Amino acid sequence: MLTVEQSSRTRRSGVDRTTVRVVGKTPVADGVVTLTLAAPDGGRLPDWTPGAHVDLTLDNGLTRQYSLCGDRWDAHTYRVGVLLEPTSRGGSRHVHESLAPGHVVGLGGPRNAFPLVPAESYLFVAGGIGITPLLPMIAQAELLGADWRLLYGGRQRSSMAFLDELAVHGDRVLVRPQDEFGLLDLPGFLGAPRAGTPVYGCGPGPLLSALERACLGWPARALHTERFVAAERGAPVRTTAFEVELHRSGRTVTVTPDVSVLEAISAAGVEVLSSCRQGTCGTCETTVLAGQPDHRDSLLDDDARAAGDCMYPCVSRSSSDRLVLDL
Amino acid sequence: MTLTHSPVADVPVSDVDPFSHEVLEDPLPMHEELREAGPVVHLSRYDVFAVARYAEVHAALVDWQRFQSAAGVGLSNFRTEEPWRPPSLLLEADPPRHDAPRRVLGAVLGPRSLRRLRDAWSADAEQLVDAVLAEGTEFDAVPTLAQAFPLRVFPDAVGIGQDGRENLLPYGDHAFNAFGPSNDLVAKGTHRVPELSGWVGEQCAREALSGDGFGAAIWAAADRGEITPQQAPLMVRSLLTAGVDTTVHALSAILYAFATHPDQWARLVADPSLARGAFDEAVRWESPVQTFFRTTTTDVRIGDAVVPEGHKVLMFLAAANRDPRRWTDPDRFDLGRDPSGHVGFGMGLHQCVGQHVARLEAEAVLTALARRVRSIELAGPPRRHHNNTLRAWDSLPVRLGVV
Repeated sequence: MLTVEQSSRTRRSGVDRTTVRVVGKTPVADGVVTLTLAAPDGGRLPDWTPGAHVDLTLDNGLTRQYSLCGDRWDAHTYRVGVLLEPTSRGGSRHVHESLAPGHVVGLGGPRNAFPLVPAESYLFVAGGIGITPLLPMIAQAELLGADWRLLYGGRQRSSMAFLDELAVHGDRVLVRPQDEFGLLDLPGFLGAPRAGTPVYGCGPGPLLSALERACLGWPARALHTERFVAAERGAPVRTTAFEVELHRSGRTVTVTPDVSVLEAISAAGVEVLSSCRQGTCGTCETTVLAGQPDHRDSLLDDDARAAGDCMYPCVSRSSSDRLVLDL
Repeated sequence: MTLTHSPVADVPVSDVDPFSHEVLEDPLPMHEELREAGPVVHLSRYDVFAVARYAEVHAALVDWQRFQSAAGVGLSNFRTEEPWRPPSLLLEADPPRHDAPRRVLGAVLGPRSLRRLRDAWSADAEQLVDAVLAEGTEFDAVPTLAQAFPLRVFPDAVGIGQDGRENLLPYGDHAFNAFGPSNDLVAKGTHRVPELSGWVGEQCAREALSGDGFGAAIWAAADRGEITPQQAPLMVRSLLTAGVDTTVHALSAILYAFATHPDQWARLVADPSLARGAFDEAVRWESPVQTFFRTTTTDVRIGDAVVPEGHKVLMFLAAANRDPRRWTDPDRFDLGRDPSGHVGFGMGLHQCVGQHVARLEAEAVLTALARRVRSIELAGPPRRHHNNTLRAWDSLPVRLGVV
């Protein structure tokens, strides 16, 4: 039995919403750890759907994207899997070597650019750590009684995470480490092209390129992929104060790290209507006239972020010294 | 209200009927009694639990894991009772089935998608207000403004044809009555269900919809495989069910609020940029959608009591929106208040997906009115419209002072 928590979230500052605490760190395969994350006050975390990722801003200032691979019926923790990249520029190495339970990291999202479309059957292809977004998809396919199969490749068995969790699915899962089986037999796994069976693939670039070639005869939009690369993302997120100029009101407010932009604006006497204060409902959308927002919401896709013309000040902040908003 | 002994330990019991005409005429005293009785109350008449305080209502709204919607968001429990129509893919669904329809509709009705409508709706509102004022400055604001504007812009935005639009309000009225018990309000609409459902169903087909509306955008998502072709018509149906009556009653709520608070109208006239916040303050103050139910998926502790698995929980959004534990001077309609966080649109993953549409409509109407109208007052006694879920007006006679 659980207890209904009092909803202090609605009055909580945006900064609390944009951090999570590491509450668990577990090695799950050679070079792979999972992190369990919780809200600093133990409250509910923002909702997510299979395929979603979060941006984590590590305490060395780097931001990395990680797929959520836990159970969304647990509203109080997120789980992510992190591979130690041999060429790491500080993200995965920091997670593996320095990050420890108790540490607080910055949170953006969750966002989902890799959603599971409704279907009665699915084919999943994972390479290495690319298994992470597929785990909740598999749980969902199972829940819906869909017909599904997974082809899971990796360098060797010991480097492949979550084999224990996947074992319960029996022969729906084909585990194919390269040192035992060679390259994945994609055409053999996919079989004849057919409608109504989406193919979901996540893993390193060469695997996804091979998957795209193997799916050439499939219906348009049958293939859904997410490339798993440790890309540098924009400027490092600032942890210091910045200024927000409210263009129409002719006022400028300083936003310190302990308050959200929305709170700072409101404290200056300029009301911005908001609702969820989690970056999910879109009510507080504000036009950005100048400056570089640090988007932490769950709404804007990459194209909309690139347009740079709006932000959700309940959670989003600034990468530049100064933001100019149409308020 | 009689408080008696409870079937569940530590839960006060009330025999009040929230769906009686007496309560629907003025629910505020009952809201206060239920709020003050405790964090959760057992309603003996229907054997359901009720929450009326902001904290508990908010917590139940966001906790989709333990307060499910797929067993129906009305009194009827879909686990054991047959719904009167195929369940909504949005309102009456849980994750994971809820995910894809919500994602698609959230994009179709999202703030970025609505930008293209803003200028057109502002012009529509100005034309409507000019036409109304040309006829006179004393009229019934319900048909003349509150119904006229949504019926002018929303069906076009969805993309349905011109014929039969008069079916939208009675269909929505019945759908919202059907969340309550099968009382006289449901009975009066039942005989038209086959006819109205048939008409609504016809409007949801791809070929019945124009190429540039919300409906076509839903069908385009089906073509992209984001939803199934079987889901598309039911999602259009959601727009036609939940997108008209709600906005009509929200507009009449704000017109009533201004007619009875002339100082607040003066503030809006002086600063029309207050329109957006004013609408949300009216939604908080009047709560056009008063209630929804959830069903517990496990034993849930609320306060000191445990609501057992499988029970209906009635959430009084309206009572939460006037809970003095959350709001200062909650009964006051006040443009100086920050209404952010009200639960008039719900909260969490079922929060009204059309809220940005409603705000855009209201902003257009209020801005157009503020341009020409210096005062609004009641010109006669207003008359309530009773609905099991909605707080509504049948008639709102007003007299406007114009420049």
